[in-house]
Amino acid sequence: MIAETGAFALILALVLSLAQVVLSVVGRWRRSSVLAGAGGGAGLAAFACVAVAFAALMHAFVTSDFSLANVAANSHTEKPMLYKVAGTWGSHEGSMLLWCLALTGFGAAVAGFKRGLPPGLKTVTVATQGALGTVFLAYTVFASNPFQRLVQIPIEGRSLNPLLQDPALAFHPPFLYAGYVGMSVVFSLAVAALVEGRADAAWARWVRPWTLMAWSLLTVGITLGAFWAYYELGWGGWWFWDPVENASFMPWLIATALLHSAIVTEKRGALAGWTVFLALGAFTFSMLGAFLVRSGVLTSVHAFAVDPTRGVLLLMILGVTAGAGFALFAWRAPALSPGGVFAPVSRESALVLNNILLAAATVTVLLGTLYPLIREAATGEAISVGPPFFNLTFTPLMAALLILLPAGPLLAWKRADALGVAQRLWVAALLSVGCGLLALAVVSPRKALASAGLAMGAWLIIGALVELAERTRAFRGSGAETWRRLTGLPRGAWGMTFAHLGLGVFVLGACFETSWKAEAAETLALGQTLNVGAYELTLDRIQGVDGPNYDAERATIIARKDGAVACTARPERRFYPTGGQTTSEVAICSKGASHLYVVLGERRPGEVWLVRAYWNPWALLIFLGPAIMALGGLISLSDRRLRLAVGRRALPA
Amino acid sequence: MRKLLAICAAIFCIAAASDPAERLPDPAQEARARAIFAEVRCLVCQNESIDDSSAELAGDLRRLVRDQIQAGRSDDQVRSYLTDRYGEFVLLKPTFSWGNGVLWAAPFIVVILGVLLLLRNLHTPRPYAELSEEEAARLASLADKEQT
Repeated sequence: MIAETGAFALILALVLSLAQVVLSVVGRWRRSSVLAGAGGGAGLAAFACVAVAFAALMHAFVTSDFSLANVAANSHTEKPMLYKVAGTWGSHEGSMLLWCLALTGFGAAVAGFKRGLPPGLKTVTVATQGALGTVFLAYTVFASNPFQRLVQIPIEGRSLNPLLQDPALAFHPPFLYAGYVGMSVVFSLAVAALVEGRADAAWARWVRPWTLMAWSLLTVGITLGAFWAYYELGWGGWWFWDPVENASFMPWLIATALLHSAIVTEKRGALAGWTVFLALGAFTFSMLGAFLVRSGVLTSVHAFAVDPTRGVLLLMILGVTAGAGFALFAWRAPALSPGGVFAPVSRESALVLNNILLAAATVTVLLGTLYPLIREAATGEAISVGPPFFNLTFTPLMAALLILLPAGPLLAWKRADALGVAQRLWVAALLSVGCGLLALAVVSPRKALASAGLAMGAWLIIGALVELAERTRAFRGSGAETWRRLTGLPRGAWGMTFAHLGLGVFVLGACFETSWKAEAAETLALGQTLNVGAYELTLDRIQGVDGPNYDAERATIIARKDGAVACTARPERRFYPTGGQTTSEVAICSKGASHLYVVLGERRPGEVWLVRAYWNPWALLIFLGPAIMALGGLISLSDRRLRLAVGRRALPA
Repeated sequence: MRKLLAICAAIFCIAAASDPAERLPDPAQEARARAIFAEVRCLVCQNESIDDSSAELAGDLRRLVRDQIQAGRSDDQVRSYLTDRYGEFVLLKPTFSWGNGVLWAAPFIVVILGVLLLLRNLHTPRPYAELSEEEAARLASLADKEQT
């Protein structure tokens, strides 16, 4: 009964979304605030209906209702409760429902906000959001309905892939989807700007909070995924340039570019057309990601629910929505105002360079992902594009971006003084080069490129601090004045400082971990030892463990440094009888920001076990950095200038 | 689906290349072999290098590469040995060939185009926007004040 309610609510949501489009469009046409309001109301109701459907599906998963095909295929009675709940979005159908929930939710949020947006802009935004909702709800209802019943009800479900039964991965999809779909609001706002013919400072101020929110959520989602890969896959890799990772990374890159170009549009009225273009692009890449993951056109370790028919449908949705958006752009964009002029050395130019490099990076990732398909279709020759390609193309682009980054916030709008900026940054430059040289001298083995990477991380961090010192006149004014300025800084400024700091922290961690990780693997009998980094690991004990839905072998491995016990690692090797899979549960000992990473491999003849250990220096920073960046996004989001969009400045920015 | 999961599970028992049973006795040769592994695709796996994959075929490829290195072949010789047998698909790093020209050049073309557009934009003089009636009236009143 509850499942039927869910199915009904889903269809109702589709109808309501359609009503949202029709009412809003007619409301805009007739300049009727009543009809436009009704359109918004339909949007709120559609969200409520999808929420009911989502709750119904979750109920089916929690109670293990195997009469639903989706539950039977993805759940199991013995699965821990967290993963039963997470199973709701663990399959193709369920994740599409989550997508629709986020889509209608953001539509309702736009419709529900009372203040700020001019009525015309708001009505068109609500209409576009409704159109997106209609398309995706129609897809969910007709092509991937999660409420499909089974004629023969199985006694037990087929369970979720044990690799996916993990806390980080339980929360990874909701964040990722909220981020992907958050871009839909930006898309709708862009469409509205084109229809209304106004992409001005006020419009940019409305785009920024939505972009910030989606960007922050996407950052968290991607980081959770990378963190999961790091400790679950069993060898400490965290980024593989896999097509599906790329699919989530491209919207992130575009959103980052959009955040920066929207600043130019907001403060100087320039780049309006480009900002609108990026706003359309962000959600287009989100949809491209959804298509790539679900269609199976690309081979990927993440591929789930591969179904060609659905792939074609998703490709059509992508083509129609993005095509319509960009066609509208081609038609209306020339009418947008060109905005203010600026000198070659200015904040505007710096932000344009940022956008050029980020756009080039996105093109690199896009081509790297799709080129094998293109080449095979064109010439029939199969090629592979893997990490070595991205290291040679993406990394230099990013390096250029990172070198320019600290100068950007110090440059003045319109016309800046290059010499003045150089004067403010030379101490930072000297210090970071010093850090690089120190790393080159101290860390063995010597690696020049990696040391340069560390210098770049230091450059970002020190650069962000210099910018903060400049804003607060530290070391130049009185302490009291600095304090007054520090406490009076707008949240947006803090957000930027945190985001740039976080990037620096990430760069430090990524360079250090990638270049100086140590690896060791041996087959050990009880009592034998293995050396990795400065640690000596002894296999002390192996015992059997009964888990809720698995059987495991657990090793007790004692790590010693200079004879003293540093930590006791308990890695496991788990066997899940339901699916017949084996997974390894890694043990990680944290030593400051560095990780000692221990994996138990298979048992070999003669009572020996394969034990693998890694010393991952500064690995924590890889995940801490993006966390700081996302925090920066949230701090910036809480800035009242953005939150209320009241068009009033608390402080001169 | 189940088959897919089984494949995934096989892939995820990972970092197989460090297995002591496979290792070459000479550490320098072993390091060279590992560097090559990272650039060679496990053909039956989903986008995984043979350094990471524990699939049977990846094991065979690793043995092949190690044998070649032990026989004194250079890295390039080993790579061309692999591409002769399995085609370009086996290399995770696409070759610098005309067929891949677009792929390698695109990032830099985008940067150059972007910079050219920026320069053009900087050098185009822009006509001042027409004043709105309100603004014109305000300007007139200010000018009046100035005169009096």
